[in-house]
Amino acid sequence: MNRVEARDKVTGRARYAYEYPAHGVAYAYPVQAPVASGVVRSVDASAALAMPGVLAVLSCTDPPEIGSGDDPELAILQTTQVVYRGQLVAAVVASTLENARAAGRAVRVDCVARQHDVRLRADHPGLYTPEKVNPNFPAVTEYGDIAAGLAAAAARVDTTYTTPVEHNNPIEPHAALAVWDPGGGLTVFDSTQGPSADRDTIAKVLGLAPDRVRVVSPHVGGGFGSKGTTRPHAILAAIAARAAGRPVKVALTRQQMFELTGYRTPTIQRLQLGADARGRLTAVVHDVVEQTAIRTEFAEQAAVCTRAMYASPAMRTTHRLARLNVPPPSWMRAPGECPGMYALESAMDELAEAAGIDPVEFRIMNEPRTEPDSGLPFSSRNLVGCLREGARRFGWADRDPRPGIRREGRWLAGTGVAASTYPARRRPSRATAEASGDGFIVRIAAADIGTGARTALTRIAAETLGAPAARVRVEMGDSALPQASLAGGSMGTASWGSAVVKACEALLKNGSSGSADTAEDVRADAAFARHAFGAQFAEVLVDSATGEVRVPRLLGVFAAGRIVDETLARSQFIGGMTMGLGMALMERTGVDEWEGAFTGKDLAQYHVATCADIQDVDAVWIEEDDPHLNPVGAKGIGEIGITGTAAAIGNAVYHATGRRVRDLPITPARLLR
Amino acid sequence: MRVTLTVNGSQRTADDVWEGESLLFVLRERLALPGSKNACEQGECGSCTVLLDDVPVCACLVAAGQAAHRRVVTVEGLAPRGELGPVQQAFLEAGAVQCGFCTPGLIVQVHDLLRRTAGAGLPPPGDADIREALAGNLCRCTGYEKILDAVRLAASRLPVMP
Ligand code: FES
Ligand code: FES
Repeated sequence: MNRVEARDKVTGRARYAYEYPAHGVAYAYPVQAPVASGVVRSVDASAALAMPGVLAVLSCTDPPEIGSGDDPELAILQTTQVVYRGQLVAAVVASTLENARAAGRAVRVDCVARQHDVRLRADHPGLYTPEKVNPNFPAVTEYGDIAAGLAAAAARVDTTYTTPVEHNNPIEPHAALAVWDPGGGLTVFDSTQGPSADRDTIAKVLGLAPDRVRVVSPHVGGGFGSKGTTRPHAILAAIAARAAGRPVKVALTRQQMFELTGYRTPTIQRLQLGADARGRLTAVVHDVVEQTAIRTEFAEQAAVCTRAMYASPAMRTTHRLARLNVPPPSWMRAPGECPGMYALESAMDELAEAAGIDPVEFRIMNEPRTEPDSGLPFSSRNLVGCLREGARRFGWADRDPRPGIRREGRWLAGTGVAASTYPARRRPSRATAEASGDGFIVRIAAADIGTGARTALTRIAAETLGAPAARVRVEMGDSALPQASLAGGSMGTASWGSAVVKACEALLKNGSSGSADTAEDVRADAAFARHAFGAQFAEVLVDSATGEVRVPRLLGVFAAGRIVDETLARSQFIGGMTMGLGMALMERTGVDEWEGAFTGKDLAQYHVATCADIQDVDAVWIEEDDPHLNPVGAKGIGEIGITGTAAAIGNAVYHATGRRVRDLPITPARLLR
Repeated sequence: MRVTLTVNGSQRTADDVWEGESLLFVLRERLALPGSKNACEQGECGSCTVLLDDVPVCACLVAAGQAAHRRVVTVEGLAPRGELGPVQQAFLEAGAVQCGFCTPGLIVQVHDLLRRTAGAGLPPPGDADIREALAGNLCRCTGYEKILDAVRLAASRLPVMP
């Protein structure tokens, strides 16, 4: 089955948020704080207001009215206190985008700068332990005797890994069109991963009843977490439209996205692992240092993955945060697992080598019977199967473990392995199904941000109804449809699919229509540790003269429950792995400590993997029949692909060169140092 | 200023165009052709790729005035009567589309690549050629594998390309 909306996308007909027409539309352009810490003394809009087409200038010195200031990021223009560079301090509304932009540059913001601090460091004096880490885990866990475990170990590692600021950079920049109707209702065409939640948030910030707000987002050009929460541009569009008395569009530029749409926190991760003479772990310690913002706390759960991975008689995981003058970090594909698995799986490779054990076998030896931290049984766990299948396909058996000995001309060759994991969760959602003519219409306020959700739900509905997919139409991407959870946490198919199956089953009972709400079902889900697992194998070539790293082969084997659609799944896995390759070798946003600024804020300097950076990336899977998940039997596939990739590549680079680069990305400069 | 150009075979005129405006802006904002995407505005992502007198360009880097009296083809022009062109058909069948934001630019770029190679009676491009030709078109979703499948599929169905 082809992707349902592919025809609209290949012909350019699919409409994204910014592209909806609106009569009399005006454009708002954000003006951002020029300092990382300070106070706005004045905003001089006189020059801007005299420019062609300018309708209004909004400013933090004259705060527009809002309903709730609970979320400081969304309570835009409410304070003159600046806590990060790029904070929204004013905006110009004008008749055209170009006029708005030109006038935006003419707004003079006078700031008193204060001392700022944007440098994350392991000994930052302000480090604190948050109450919880995302979404709701204890920040610290500990069991067993760590000291004894490490002391008794025959092989040990104590290493620190760092990951930089990384930006989601979906190809569609965030955009919104806000249209007020004469009765005071608001429609927002928004680039969002969750129309229902976006509607609720926008309503709350503006002080409206949720039923007065509608969010429309049938097509979204990728998000990877950055469109998972309401962003300031949507609020700005609504407030500007109110001020101008016209519909208003806001389209963030690529540069503005770097401060206004979230990013992955940098991490400093110390791993202490010990193994006995037989290769069994004796202790695991994963201590994480991350950053958060002054007004908003975001506590990335980087060490939580370690709690589920390997059997050990003693384990400690901790998270500490430093509040810096930085934009709030946020969700980026596999938040937590992605940086955490990089560090854990790099350390596992180092320990395997120290213990003189093959890294595939080493992981298999430390396979737990139950989830190490919670003691819960796994609903299903096939990490060992993935490792063995991957090793077989990749040709791992003949690997000579010695590093730095395979030379082909200038090129040094090596291979590496790492495990992947991502939790399998679901959230309550509602859906309806209706017989209509000779087909069916399924309605759910889900979002297709490129994952293929529309297609997967069409398949799921068709299977449940026993009808050909061509006779099923799924309506989604609109908050006016039955409330649904957002496209995030790899929960879409499981959450929405559960509701769709249930609604379709209800329809089958009465023949004409059915509706479903899975809130009760989700609450009643039995206590299991539910995770998808995988194993990734990388082959690299490192140019010994220039330090360039090529990746001729990348193989992922995943066990993620039932795979609903093979084409969609392969593309999701491979897309994740490719982003993981980018993380390993090129993705990094610079931080200028003097200016308190992100640097390199465009795609010329923030490198994502291009077609020519990739050679042979393949993803396969082991089918799992897991009865403890949800009616669809799916675990979610959107994020696991990026977990472990950077470690597999880093481990391969070590195998090729004998050099451990413990700071991402692994650039030529770092390899040649 | 007034800019007159041929877009997808029809003569189009845009009035009051500011000298600094890009061809992309004119297409999207003035001529109601939002198929070409705007994702970086500085020639880094390829989402805005169109043909200008048969040469693929980043429309965000072409000043509107430079396109005056020339021929522009956008993704909308590759399926004029609602029928998919061979590249569009291959993207659809191969599953090379995810969020779709990179897709219009890629379709135009691949259209050009195949017209210059397989479509011109030359051997179809090899993988390395394809990867090089598409290196300026960023896709954050697919990991490019299905896009390569689509190019191979479209190439296998040629030779005839307009
Ligand atoms: S928008 Fe033109 S290259 Fe990115
Ligand atoms: S399909 Fe989303 S960027 Fe290519």
